[in-house]
Amino acid sequence: MNIVESIRFVMPEIILLVSAIIILVSSLFIRNKNALGIFALSAIVAASLYLPQSHKTDTVLFFNMLTSDSFSLFFKEISLFVAGIVILLSMGYKELTEKYIGEYYFLLLNGTIAMMLAVSSNNLLMIYLSLEMISLISYLLVAFLKNNTLSSEAGLKYFLFGALSTGIMLYGISLIYGLFGTTDLSIISNAVNAGQINGLVLLLLLLMILAGLSFKCALVPFHMWTPDVYQGAPTAVTAFISVGPKAVGFAVLLRIFTNNFFPLYANWVGLMTLISIFTMTVGNIIAISQTNIKRMLAYSSIAQAGYMLIGLVVGTASGMEGILYYILAYVLMNLGAFGCVIIVSNSIKSDAIEDYAGLHKKDPITSFMLSIFLLSLVGVPPLAGFWGKFLVFTAAIQSKFILLAIAGVLNSVVAAYYYMRVIKYMYLEEPKMKDISPKSAPLQIAVAILMAGVLIAGLYLTPFLNWIRNSQSFLSQ
Amino acid sequence: MSFPIMTCIVFLPLAGGLLILFTPKKNVGLIKTIATAATGAALILSVVLLFNFDYAKSSIQFEECLRWIPSINISYHLGVDGISIGLVFLTTLLSFLACIGSYDIDIRQKEYFFLYLLLSTGMLGTFVALDLVLFYVLWEIVLVPMYFLIGIWGGPRKEYAAIKFFIYTLAGSIFMLLGILAFYFTSTPHTFSILELGQTTGALSLSMQIIIFIAFYLGFAVKVPVFPFHTWLPDAHVEAPTPISVLLAGVLLKMGGYGFLRISFPLLKDAAHYFALPFAILGVVNIVYGAIVAMAQTDFKKMVAYSSVSHMGFVMIGLASMSVTGVNGALLQMFNHGIITGGMFFLVGVLYVRAHTRDLNKFGGLGVKMPVYAGLLIVFSLASLGLPGLSGFISEFMSLLGSYAEFQLTTIISVLGIVITAGYFLYMLQRVLLGPLNEKLAGFSDMSKREIFVLLPLMIIVILIGVYPLAALKYQMATIEAFIQKIGGGVF
Repeated sequence: MNIVESIRFVMPEIILLVSAIIILVSSLFIRNKNALGIFALSAIVAASLYLPQSHKTDTVLFFNMLTSDSFSLFFKEISLFVAGIVILLSMGYKELTEKYIGEYYFLLLNGTIAMMLAVSSNNLLMIYLSLEMISLISYLLVAFLKNNTLSSEAGLKYFLFGALSTGIMLYGISLIYGLFGTTDLSIISNAVNAGQINGLVLLLLLLMILAGLSFKCALVPFHMWTPDVYQGAPTAVTAFISVGPKAVGFAVLLRIFTNNFFPLYANWVGLMTLISIFTMTVGNIIAISQTNIKRMLAYSSIAQAGYMLIGLVVGTASGMEGILYYILAYVLMNLGAFGCVIIVSNSIKSDAIEDYAGLHKKDPITSFMLSIFLLSLVGVPPLAGFWGKFLVFTAAIQSKFILLAIAGVLNSVVAAYYYMRVIKYMYLEEPKMKDISPKSAPLQIAVAILMAGVLIAGLYLTPFLNWIRNSQSFLSQ
Repeated sequence: MSFPIMTCIVFLPLAGGLLILFTPKKNVGLIKTIATAATGAALILSVVLLFNFDYAKSSIQFEECLRWIPSINISYHLGVDGISIGLVFLTTLLSFLACIGSYDIDIRQKEYFFLYLLLSTGMLGTFVALDLVLFYVLWEIVLVPMYFLIGIWGGPRKEYAAIKFFIYTLAGSIFMLLGILAFYFTSTPHTFSILELGQTTGALSLSMQIIIFIAFYLGFAVKVPVFPFHTWLPDAHVEAPTPISVLLAGVLLKMGGYGFLRISFPLLKDAAHYFALPFAILGVVNIVYGAIVAMAQTDFKKMVAYSSVSHMGFVMIGLASMSVTGVNGALLQMFNHGIITGGMFFLVGVLYVRAHTRDLNKFGGLGVKMPVYAGLLIVFSLASLGLPGLSGFISEFMSLLGSYAEFQLTTIISVLGIVITAGYFLYMLQRVLLGPLNEKLAGFSDMSKREIFVLLPLMIIVILIGVYPLAALKYQMATIEAFIQKIGGGVF
């Protein structure tokens, strides 16, 4: 397909880019957080209307740099959803002043474009570029409160860790180019299938790529940046980086490992199993002792990535379905939890778990919703998080990864303790805080949407499962 | 489609709970009325169920089946048979009575009754779900309201007790989830339906059955609780408010025993035979250990809690015998224990409301002050220690009888438990009712009409079953006979 024809497939990205520029320019005159936010939101809605309607397209664009397949469509939908919710959260987040609000939305929309490109790239170079774009934007967003030392520190740490791991990844890509003479994944995958390359060498290169992606998904041992960054970043940005880049990281991971390098499955499965077990265990165990809710959610998100990885390790169609459903559920519940954290911190100016004591008296609705999101993260049925776990464990048992499944369930028990601790403070303790200040409408809308999502995806899964089943095209049943 | 009576029984309490969410917090009277009406309506429906139940049939009745998640074969499948009908009635009855018993709750009533009704729905659903995943979902739903009910309205160490309960049960049940998944993948065609799995029973290899059996055992044994998984129980019972203790002892413990009867034994019969002896031995440990520890308690509620551990041991040995008499006894023992121990916890609560202590050594001579109370306490204690003519005797005797045919030695040891049980109950009666009247207790009033109203139905059932056991047994006999035939146990 030639370039001109390809353009209509990137209409959503173009819409976002144009809107982002409009926001940047108009912010010279308008500095109203809500007005710009609503404009950014309508850009997201417009972009999502221009997504391909059918899941069954499978088109190669721009000289095989990008593809438009059902898998990328799924993640584009997720990306746009995340961006929309984060914009709503940002509109209600008090720490974000109106001074640089135009730049903020500009970066957020560009981050969304980068995510949409990353999930549809079919070329290692393109993958690298779009991931790097996400990273750079994330660094800026994390350090956005530039007068806040924690925020600046977080930005710097994020940058240093990111630079290291993407450096390793880029090195791996350059070696792959040396081996194959191309960075085009479909050509590489044909060569791999033909068995022309020494498996061990390839595995080494895969490891290097894995380093970069592990950083994005916060997998052990590339997880160290998470707590500091999550804590220091403006909470709306934390919400964004805890789900957006992570979902993208998993998308790329799935594309490279299960689509292009699946013949090497036997080589990487052992390593991935270990990473999965370590990721969930380390995340959960360190989360227990956290006293700041953002840090706790940071470690929890590490652990959640460990569960998701089970789906990849299993390497079957049901594993893929499990991981995609898990990502969907995780997006809903994690954004929801951070939304509630924003609501609370707007009032009490604190993220310490102890300061949540007695929240139920001051703000029954928020504490109820936060409880639902946390219970969903625990995996209590019939909430969305339960089905995520259910599906990945199902896949693990089906393929006889019994140890992995047992590690997963034991970890969910450990995790229950620290999630319940927040609930304990909210409901079982007496309030110390002052009255809650009135809440902003966009924030409430966002949390209500997420709450409905967690409940609906928990009680009536069929449409979601069908959506996911149509989206994963790599592995047949 | 006919009237969906099962769905109504299960979800009426939840519907009431949702209604309560939209009731103003200040209007406590209305909240209580809604809760009572919802549990009362469920009770009435379950009585209707009892009258329409055809007890000559051993199959599932009042079946309701809808597809829930077709792509992985999960269905919304409810129904009752002789195994579950008694427990459904027990649950609705105790839910209703404990709801009336909850009128004393004086803080955060709106949340209390909402959680209470959610708990009711979870418990009822567990007993009638015929799809493993649905069963698991409802089983887990019970955890969350229970956590809050103990944690908010409980005693001094409520937070510890609540999280301990939560973690213990979650740890057990999550292994059950793995067992459920193992069932799914070892069955052809893949299914979660308990009935379909029951038809293909025996197709699994023994080693696979043993693995799945252990996974389910962890889930059920924590709930029963079987020694050594019982340590959450005394904490939870002691700290929970009275109505919640009633439901914990009366219904929650039965979920474990019911799980064995519904899933472990019929679907994994070879493993059940394989594990029969250890199963029975752990049951005996429960009986004797529970009784000895109960003897040593000075806290009234803790004593009753450990007596539950002891009494649930009879369920275990009855099940392990896999004989018609033994399993009938075990099932009846679950029902009877629910009624008797439910009543005992109410009685402890009656005293606690007045004295604000449960220390047995601080009572004395109450027989004079509170004659009605004394009478009821004596009836329930005697029923609990297994006096002939009251319901506890029938089921314990049947369990022992069935068990003796299979395991003589363990049965002989477990009879020892009955002696100790008689010992600590009589010792308790002596300390509470007899002796000189403690001066501090002189101002006590006898039981109020509401308290008597709560206990009277329970007492009637205790005496009715004690005198005419067939009243309860007739519902379960046909089902149990078919059950034994299927799992190939002794006919005795």
